[in-house]
Amino acid sequence: MATIHLNQVEKKFGDQFAVKPLDMTIHDGEFIVLLGPSGCGKTTTLRMISGLEAVTSGQILFGERDVTWLHPSERDIAFVFQFFALYSHLTARENIAFPLQAQGESRDMVKKRVNEVAKMLNIEHVLNSRPGSLSGGDQQRVALARALVRRPAAFLMDEPLGALDAEFRDTMRAEIKRLHIDQHATTVYVTHDQIEAMAMGDRIVVMSNAVVQQAATPTDVYHNPANIFVARFIGSPGMNLIPARYQGGVLYFDGGSVYTVPDDWKSTLAADLGSDGRVIVGFRPEAAQVSSEGQLVAKTYANDLHGGYTMLHLELDKDQIVHIRTNRETSYNIGDLVHFDVNPTMVRFFHPETEMALTKRDNRS
Amino acid sequence: MSNIRLEKVTKRFKDITALNDISLSIKDGEFFVLLGPTGAGKTTTLRVIAGLERQDAGSVIFDDTPVDKLMPAERDTAFVFQQYSLYPNMSVYDNLAFPLRSPMRQTPEPEIRTRVTEAAEKLRITHLLQRKTAKLSGGEMQRVSIGRAIVRKPRIFLMDEPLSNLDAKLRESLRVELKHLQKTQNSTTLFVTHDQIEALTMADRIAVLDDGEILQVGTPHDIYDRPATTVVAQLVGTPRINLLDAHIEDGALRVKNSTVQMPLPNGNTMPETLLLGIRPEDIRLGQGGEFAGKVILTEPLGVETIVHIRAGEQIFLSSVPGTAPYGVDTDIHFDVARDRLHFFRPDGVRALS
Amino acid sequence: MATQSAPPPSRTPVNYSTRVDKVGWRPQAGSIVRTIVAVIIAFIMLLPVIWMGMTAFKSLPDAVSVPPKVFFTPTLEGFVNLFTQRRQLSDAEMEAYRARDDLNWAQDIVLERQQTIIGRSQFAQQLTNSVIIAGSSTILSVVFGVLAAYAFSRFNIPGKDDLLFFILSQRMLPAVVVTVPIFLMYKQIGLYDTHLGMILLYTSFNLSFSVWLLKGFIDEIPKEYEEAALVDGYTRLQAFRKIVLPQAVTGIAATTVFSAIFSWNEYAFALMLTQERARTAPPSIPLILGTGGIEWSTIAAGSMAFLIPVVIVTFALRKHLLRGVTFGAIRKG
Repeated sequence: MATIHLNQVEKKFGDQFAVKPLDMTIHDGEFIVLLGPSGCGKTTTLRMISGLEAVTSGQILFGERDVTWLHPSERDIAFVFQFFALYSHLTARENIAFPLQAQGESRDMVKKRVNEVAKMLNIEHVLNSRPGSLSGGDQQRVALARALVRRPAAFLMDEPLGALDAEFRDTMRAEIKRLHIDQHATTVYVTHDQIEAMAMGDRIVVMSNAVVQQAATPTDVYHNPANIFVARFIGSPGMNLIPARYQGGVLYFDGGSVYTVPDDWKSTLAADLGSDGRVIVGFRPEAAQVSSEGQLVAKTYANDLHGGYTMLHLELDKDQIVHIRTNRETSYNIGDLVHFDVNPTMVRFFHPETEMALTKRDNRS
Repeated sequence: MSNIRLEKVTKRFKDITALNDISLSIKDGEFFVLLGPTGAGKTTTLRVIAGLERQDAGSVIFDDTPVDKLMPAERDTAFVFQQYSLYPNMSVYDNLAFPLRSPMRQTPEPEIRTRVTEAAEKLRITHLLQRKTAKLSGGEMQRVSIGRAIVRKPRIFLMDEPLSNLDAKLRESLRVELKHLQKTQNSTTLFVTHDQIEALTMADRIAVLDDGEILQVGTPHDIYDRPATTVVAQLVGTPRINLLDAHIEDGALRVKNSTVQMPLPNGNTMPETLLLGIRPEDIRLGQGGEFAGKVILTEPLGVETIVHIRAGEQIFLSSVPGTAPYGVDTDIHFDVARDRLHFFRPDGVRALS
Repeated sequence: MATQSAPPPSRTPVNYSTRVDKVGWRPQAGSIVRTIVAVIIAFIMLLPVIWMGMTAFKSLPDAVSVPPKVFFTPTLEGFVNLFTQRRQLSDAEMEAYRARDDLNWAQDIVLERQQTIIGRSQFAQQLTNSVIIAGSSTILSVVFGVLAAYAFSRFNIPGKDDLLFFILSQRMLPAVVVTVPIFLMYKQIGLYDTHLGMILLYTSFNLSFSVWLLKGFIDEIPKEYEEAALVDGYTRLQAFRKIVLPQAVTGIAATTVFSAIFSWNEYAFALMLTQERARTAPPSIPLILGTGGIEWSTIAAGSMAFLIPVVIVTFALRKHLLRGVTFGAIRKG
């Protein structure tokens, strides 16, 4: 196992940055997730760590070893692809054995290890089948087994669950995480699905437009997003982000709602706000409750059942939709006016221009 | 807009029966979702309605008139494909105008212009009208696909998993938009998907399809609260419903390989062996809980945490709001909401009680 | 079921990727060496053609000189001899001709060999026949081929697999085998030595190849495009014209070139089934040999003249060809 260091690692295509200079440390045994929308640089970063992509500048270290210019096969990593990349003319067993045979291991050793990982992943019964006849989930298990069999320094996974049906995805997610708890292998995992990131990661590195937006634990990234992008990207749906004007202890929202601010908030809001006291108010759908005494009011845009709960979508103003999580029985018609309130400890504030989170300030200046 | 009916439709491909004697009724103005796993026959159903496939038996009826003999062009349906629906060599404007320019319709250019700009506004793609489709992002492409369907004002919209290829975040926002659009336009829509969230959140009514057969038709509430079979129960709801082997012993319900047991619910029409369904949100964790187990995994999703518990040899999934302070290997107690249990016969059909 | 259940999410534009082992001076030096070796090999392969081209512009003595001449004074003697019929002049006539000053450049050239031009040779006519016959048969086989390929690709024709195999197997048939039967048949129905007869024959032979090749291309075009058009109110033919054809251009270009090359170079049928009216170039070039000594420059000129039209067609379609030859590459994951 290894600690992976990225020092000012950068990737440019011509004049365009695919990854802006990036510093990152992945601790030994950590499960780190690179999360972001398509094109944000997460896959490029993973490929640079693997050696499938050359850095344009910077340094990559595995432990003490400088691997920046080493061929992928010399880095002692295993790569798991989204589309399995299994050899269709070989059986599952032969696929899994392949990396070990390429390394020149003895037949007995190969057989032993293959059976070991097959047991770990519950695929003993498909070992003699060809990938073409297996389900997506089983194929990905074989791909994982093939990666595991070598016991490399690090596992690199590129959206491995993306090609699976929803039900397989959930099962495989839990399996991969349980595997990690057992094996404690350094894993770098790339995905665009924030639910996967939250469920699996010890730490999440949120990226957008070639830049790291925040690198923190799931709890931190969820409850204390560093900026508007993270606030919106994490959570399903993301955080409600409403522009408002703050003056004299009162928040004035577009659309008419007025909110008297509790004392707790005053120190945060004493920070530099946008011009004219503008600020972005953020709260997650579960932080709001429908309440007839609520200070905030909006018009129903849509509401839908999510199974165990209902999501209420309210139109605070044109193009400003607020999402509120309520109990299942709630149902309103389009156009109904709804009053709601927010849990004060779960509200966050952001600067309207820099888009950074405003933090609580001491009273000392 | 029309109401659509399928009567006893069967469709075979060589030796595979894709649709087996299915009957469906979609009301005018309804957002009807066809939900099922890959290979269930959902796309085939859409294609039969559109006229792109000819069924082997049964009839497709629009507003009480059978349309089986009509060509796709004559049926006046609009199809939104999962991918490959935009013509790569044309601009967005031309793509949107394409249906209206068909020789069958022969719409004059000024009217085409009004209809295209109207649709572009509704889908917020007016700024993209002059761009070539190859230069659009996935979300923008799907918006244009939907726009192409809207310009025509057809009798019914047939949508084949239009959101499946998009990033998770895009899917979320387009979902809400699509539903709002449909409600304000009052357009009859048949929407096909394998994603249960899409089905639950968007549908007025859902039909669950598996292996060419309809398992259940109902509102989202019906499907979620009273699933007719274990397949339906497992298909809707994340995390998936806990489905456990159980049997009746000494007047009590016992879960196999586990210490979990409870008194028989009212009514004795329970089979000896059965499948017990418990949704994760109906398993509550806490010190005073009736049953004991060990935490083997936690998945913190922010808004809730999924806790995997082993009780005996069975694994239960529980969903807890917010953060759960349980580490792996902690001992834990839990309760089960007795009024929200689902009972199924061994063959998978709901046992009425 | 299929190996994957969902296609990839939205496209990311990537300019170019470099692997770690392709960065630095070593890989670049390696690629320069590879390029040089490739050029050398290409030169060696093209040597016969280059030599032939040079010979076409040599005078008759230069063409047969030993050791072979690499540097020489170019002349159009070969071409003139190719396109004209001449007769020897007696010494007396030579004197008369030499005195004249109204001779054109061609007559000047033949005068050097003590000859005068008495008329056109048949080569120009034969070259024209080649153009007409090969051109028409190519167009016909591509047009019918694309329509048949579309039908095979999109429709459920009973016995489709057998039919396709039958069509493909025709290509494996050596032309010589059917030459005699067709000769007899053509003689009977009066198609012997006619343009129409040759066009029909070449078309049927090319058709098997075009259908097979074009079907591969059309299979690659997702049928959802046409289905969307059908649902929108277009007939299948309109959808075919507006949507499938523009996307099949590469395949059509590749098929055109292959069909044209086959028809243009065809020898066996041309030899057996034509005589005067419809004779094409391939059987007649070898006959240039043996009319009073071997005129290598003339033969080379004939080969060059024969080569040029095909080179032009291939060059014009070269962009489409490259993509066409590599079609069916792995779908990007």
